[in-house]
Amino acid sequence: MTVTNIVIVGATSAIARAVADRFVTGASFVLVARDADRLHAIAADLTIRGARAAHVVVADLADMADHMRVIHETCAAMPSIDLVVIAHGVLPDQVRGDTDVDYAMATWILNADSVVSLMHRFVNLLIEQRRGTAVIISSVAGDRGRASNYTYGAAKAAVTAYASGLRTRAAAHGVNVITVKPGFVDTPMTAHLKKNPLFASAERVAGDIARAIARGSATVYTPWFWRPIMSVIKALPERIFGKLRA
Amino acid sequence: MTDRRDDLASWGRVVHPTPRFVKTMPWSGSAPVWKPDEAPLLAFGQGRSYGDACLNNGGTIVTTAAMSMVLAFDPQTGIITVEAGMTLEALLRLSIPQGWFLPVVPGTRYVSVGGAVANDIHGKNHHRRGTFGCHVRRLELLRSDGQHMVCSQHVHADMFAATIGGLGLTGIITWVEIQLMPIASTTITVDRLKVGSLDEAIDVQASTDHAHEYSVTWIDTTAPERSVGRGHVIRGDHATHGPRSTASLCRRPRLTVPVEAPSWLLNRATVATFNTIYHHRQFGRRAVLDSDIVPYFWPLDAVARWNYLYGSRGMIQYQFVVPLEARDVIRTTLLRLRRAGVASFLTVLKTFGSIPSPGLLSFPRSGLTLSLDLPNQGAALLRLLDVIDAMVIEAGGALYPAKDVRMSATTFRASFPMLDRFEQYRDPQFSSTLWRRLTMEQP
Repeated sequence: MTVTNIVIVGATSAIARAVADRFVTGASFVLVARDADRLHAIAADLTIRGARAAHVVVADLADMADHMRVIHETCAAMPSIDLVVIAHGVLPDQVRGDTDVDYAMATWILNADSVVSLMHRFVNLLIEQRRGTAVIISSVAGDRGRASNYTYGAAKAAVTAYASGLRTRAAAHGVNVITVKPGFVDTPMTAHLKKNPLFASAERVAGDIARAIARGSATVYTPWFWRPIMSVIKALPERIFGKLRA
Repeated sequence: MTDRRDDLASWGRVVHPTPRFVKTMPWSGSAPVWKPDEAPLLAFGQGRSYGDACLNNGGTIVTTAAMSMVLAFDPQTGIITVEAGMTLEALLRLSIPQGWFLPVVPGTRYVSVGGAVANDIHGKNHHRRGTFGCHVRRLELLRSDGQHMVCSQHVHADMFAATIGGLGLTGIITWVEIQLMPIASTTITVDRLKVGSLDEAIDVQASTDHAHEYSVTWIDTTAPERSVGRGHVIRGDHATHGPRSTASLCRRPRLTVPVEAPSWLLNRATVATFNTIYHHRQFGRRAVLDSDIVPYFWPLDAVARWNYLYGSRGMIQYQFVVPLEARDVIRTTLLRLRRAGVASFLTVLKTFGSIPSPGLLSFPRSGLTLSLDLPNQGAALLRLLDVIDAMVIEAGGALYPAKDVRMSATTFRASFPMLDRFEQYRDPQFSSTLWRRLTMEQP
């Protein structure tokens, strides 16, 4: 399968940039994010690296009333779509979110509502053209709610479940929806965290994503070792899991 | 929040990183990512400087690795503008297919462009091309007050001179515009000549360096006293034949040092064995062969985390420069280390050329430079290095801050006569563990 026409929502994210790099030669991009200056710099970077074109759509993705404009501008810039990557999100400060519920809900809207809205709209577009792949960046954090990041984890759980339903619906129309569940990734989003051997680079995650696209996978844990880890964590009875205070 | 952050360590691993805050620059156009009360600040790129130049213990580290975009590249002129967190490897992967190479490369391709500027690094072709800073056309600084400041030899020329070799103390370097050098292929024609003594090595360099792009002398530290300084003068030139390929650049290291080795691993015997084998692996006096750029410039990059071989005590890199006529300082250094039973795994001698370095605190200057990799053996070694420091300064030489973890404030001051002028351009909110150590300033 050739991947030439690529839409990246949340194009400033480190994982999105690494994915774009994997497919850059000869590709056409539609890049969606909030920061116009940075988006134009990313477009220039991809063009110098060999992209045929890079079209920029500036949008505040938390504003769902603006999502149809994103879809329209994408369709105007690109005759058909091979790949959509939904990569935007924010890692909330859970300690703040414990008491500041407005803050927690603002991150929820970005991590859950806006991701769901955009993936639904883009998958509908792929279903209409009866081909293409949608890559949804979820997280291992969505596999179980933890005291240390339940707002983020629950938003990702919503994304995971929504994507799984869309996948089944889309499959009948020749469209694949891939749920990507990275573990700890060494990106600006996690710069403040002390690193341990479980951290993976964005490039490694992008490599796993490229392989999943080629294979037509459904759900990808990246790096792979998160699949056995999470199957244990999911199987723990709540009584024991609660005591871990993770 | 003063946890040890080993992911933000320096390469020598003698002083451990304990920053109070860690921030990250998402891209070059970013506003400051720090709050006013989080000073002192310091950028951290790839952690490839050896000592404490890239540490800011008790202060705020601002990581730059995410700033890795190419902003502009003209394949006609070879002028490239990249964000300062980009590694030299990433830059070369972009430029080599278009026929362009970095005019100055150091002994590892994993340094960041910002680090290359901040330490005004040099390569095996200093005699022809000067330092890295000589090829920087413009750069941008983000000062602590949020000002983005473009500097060149023409605009803010003083700040430009302070930033090149400025140890990251003038602000965050956000992007750098570099004039690249054209190459026809990624093959290097290597000409290795065995030399029997230090005098012979220096004389061969003096008489043949002008004819080669690259020249450096590997010194066999196991040589008996009468032939101290024996080794191989290794000259190299970009070939006009052969492919122009980035395949070898893209290959990840096959070997990695998984855990910290015991500190005794690199001892006199193992180092002597390596050096003896290396010296005698070439049978003839002279050998001419073709090499790829990767094994030629960056042989140690083949082993990931090779610094962990030095164990928990870490390694001390020691590099100084002395005027050409002070070759006795080199000889005495080699003899004293030998008599003290200190084994340097890799010892390199080079003659710096006369191209002036552009930075106020640039280390390279005309003369002979010697670089040693020493296991951190504690107090006795430190005392010996103090003695050598004194000889170097007495001869009118200098020590290299990018590799330093132990020189005195007096040695630093004597090495860099422009220090007072530099201080006028330092961002008052920027500092480093090295800077506080060498200026006696308290954090």
